[in-house]
Amino acid sequence: MTRKSICQGTMLTRGLKRKCSEDEAPAGPLQRQSLLDMSLAKLQLCHMLAEPNLCRSVLIANTVRQIQEEMTQDGSWSLPGPQTAGRLPRDHLVSTEVLCRSAWAGPAPAPDPADLASALQAVPATQVPRAVPGGPWDRAVPGESQGGFPRSLDQVFGTLESHGPGAVEELLSDVGGSYCDLDAVLTGVVGGAKSGPEGLETFASVAAPPRGTSCKADLGELDHVVEILVET
Amino acid sequence: MVPCNYRAQDDEESWVEVPRTLGCLLQSSLQSNMLGPWCSPTGSPAPLSCETGCGEGTWILVCRLLVPTQVSLLSMEEDIDTRKINNSFLRDHSYATEADIISTVEFNHTGELLATGDKGGRVVIFQREQESKNQVHRRGEYNVYSTFQSHEPEFDYLKSLEIEEKINKIRWLPQQNAAYFLLSTNDKTVKLWKVSERDKRPEGYNLKDEEGRLRDPATITTLRVPVLRPMDLMVEATPRRVFANAHTYHINSISVNSDYETYMSADDLRINLWNFEITNQSFNIVDIKPANMEELTEVITAAEFHPHHCNTFVYSSSKGTIRLCDMRASALCDRHTKFFEEPEDPSNRSFFSEIISSISDVKFSHSGRCIMTRDYLTVKVWDLNMENRPVETYQVHDYLRSKLCSLYENDCIFDKFECVWNGSDSVIMTGSYNNFFRMFDRNTKRDVTLEASRENSKPRAILKPRKVCVGGKRRKDEISVDSLDFSKKILHTAWHPSENIIAVAATNNLYIFQDKVN
Repeated sequence: MTRKSICQGTMLTRGLKRKCSEDEAPAGPLQRQSLLDMSLAKLQLCHMLAEPNLCRSVLIANTVRQIQEEMTQDGSWSLPGPQTAGRLPRDHLVSTEVLCRSAWAGPAPAPDPADLASALQAVPATQVPRAVPGGPWDRAVPGESQGGFPRSLDQVFGTLESHGPGAVEELLSDVGGSYCDLDAVLTGVVGGAKSGPEGLETFASVAAPPRGTSCKADLGELDHVVEILVET
Repeated sequence: MVPCNYRAQDDEESWVEVPRTLGCLLQSSLQSNMLGPWCSPTGSPAPLSCETGCGEGTWILVCRLLVPTQVSLLSMEEDIDTRKINNSFLRDHSYATEADIISTVEFNHTGELLATGDKGGRVVIFQREQESKNQVHRRGEYNVYSTFQSHEPEFDYLKSLEIEEKINKIRWLPQQNAAYFLLSTNDKTVKLWKVSERDKRPEGYNLKDEEGRLRDPATITTLRVPVLRPMDLMVEATPRRVFANAHTYHINSISVNSDYETYMSADDLRINLWNFEITNQSFNIVDIKPANMEELTEVITAAEFHPHHCNTFVYSSSKGTIRLCDMRASALCDRHTKFFEEPEDPSNRSFFSEIISSISDVKFSHSGRCIMTRDYLTVKVWDLNMENRPVETYQVHDYLRSKLCSLYENDCIFDKFECVWNGSDSVIMTGSYNNFFRMFDRNTKRDVTLEASRENSKPRAILKPRKVCVGGKRRKDEISVDSLDFSKKILHTAWHPSENIIAVAATNNLYIFQDKVN
């Protein structure tokens, strides 16, 4: 890409100096936030490309998780106070639990799901999530309809596999000026992307692909199924 | 025979002078360089012998090749020798399109052939010039042998995505008859190509005339036996097998097994085992795709078969781990036999630690006793019998450690560098930025940084070691970190299997260097 080669030509371009001038120092909260912004922007860009580079996306997503974990440990997320787990709908907990339960093997214990859920929900949602036009998300899972519902970052991955052509416009419409708004960004990213089967449930219940001698036998996967249908 | 490639800055007159003046050139350059890395501790210049890897020799440029394209010539450089070029026209390097960018380089098992693949889906094979009494100095040069379009761009209608025709990897099969065979792959499809020579043609058909048109049987009054007559040498490439539709994700590696009957192809999440004869089926031997894609945190980055044990292979991951698997253990090798991982250095931890630990290439040594891995900043050599840490670690460009944030911003941190062993496993080589490439001598522990650039492109010119200045005062001839050109990266290099000849790909240029023998 031309843009890429121009940027790569010299080490320090305009925006870089501001963000990355203190590369050596351990990342303070400001650098951490800008790093998070940058990473989320990169992930968004992934969706706009022809076919996202899975390795790159995985590495960026892992970095985002790492930053988020550190931010929650630091208490950078504004916590209104301990919430009881019972208040939150089951599905709400499922998605945030996945975020906590990520393969990150850090030394610190994973934060309490209930606290994290409330913390994420409490992140000021200055942008009201828009209703995704005609998409599968209209059939909202309970707990979703309130809006401001932070999706798990892991679901970004589910979307990387199979996003339809309509995803791009929806993504672009959701991208606001500020990426600091984590939940709005995640909602926007995930909301338009999955064009296949619907709803949050599918993420949690994708069948394990049966092992077979032929790679075409991954019947649990939508894309493989369709591939087979088209080929026969 | 007129070679159909174009050799940059080919100056006929200077060839004759080279044997006489080379010694003088070397002498003066060594004296002016003071104590470079090539001086022995006493300060006297190192000998020229190339017997023991790179540490004791000097590298010279043999030739710089531009991949020929089938497009009309846009411009010619002033200093080109205007030779007639049959069939192919050449593009000036400054007008090179993205399609000409070399994406893989590989010598065959004898080193006689050198194959390159590019982003445009083409494969170009170079052949080594034969030694002849008249032109001794031409030995070691490579000329174009064959060019063919291996992969075309495709469109996946289901996902509305284009499948790039870029050749990700080429692997040669060992030669078993007069023809050459190689595997080439793009993101989705592997192809087996046969490259063969034809220097005879049958003449004297009964039913066809000399142009191939059918003759009217009524006009045939006599019968004759067709005879084979010599013709101009023609090299033809034919696709013999197409192995398609087995990879959902992008293929990053292919590796021919030592049984020469099977090979494997690896994508981000799966590895498949193929038989060369069977194209509609493959065995899935590794599958790390989680049931729930949300839980995906690790992908496969490279894979290779053991050079001698046909049941053993390794694959590397984006988390900096290497798994060695034995296919005899089970049909699906999800459980590794050995697991290689170096414990993280807590003092070097940052948000980028995982990204820079991602392994971009893994290669078995020729002996099969070690593996070499390349991550963003280092090259590591592992002994197969020691899983908890590498036996050797070499810093490729540690001065970038403090610039990781900027490199993350411009995506350079995701660049995938390859690494190669020399024939005797004593020297390892890998690329860097600014068209630099690095060699590490495992025995002498010396290393050198060389540059593949047009400025040093005089044939037989000796490469001067380069040095990057990290901080403080920059000496003459050193280059500071901030002046490095990050768009000029050497990702692909190859080392001749038995001689000290290396091929270095820099964008659309292929440089061939040789360690000069007395």
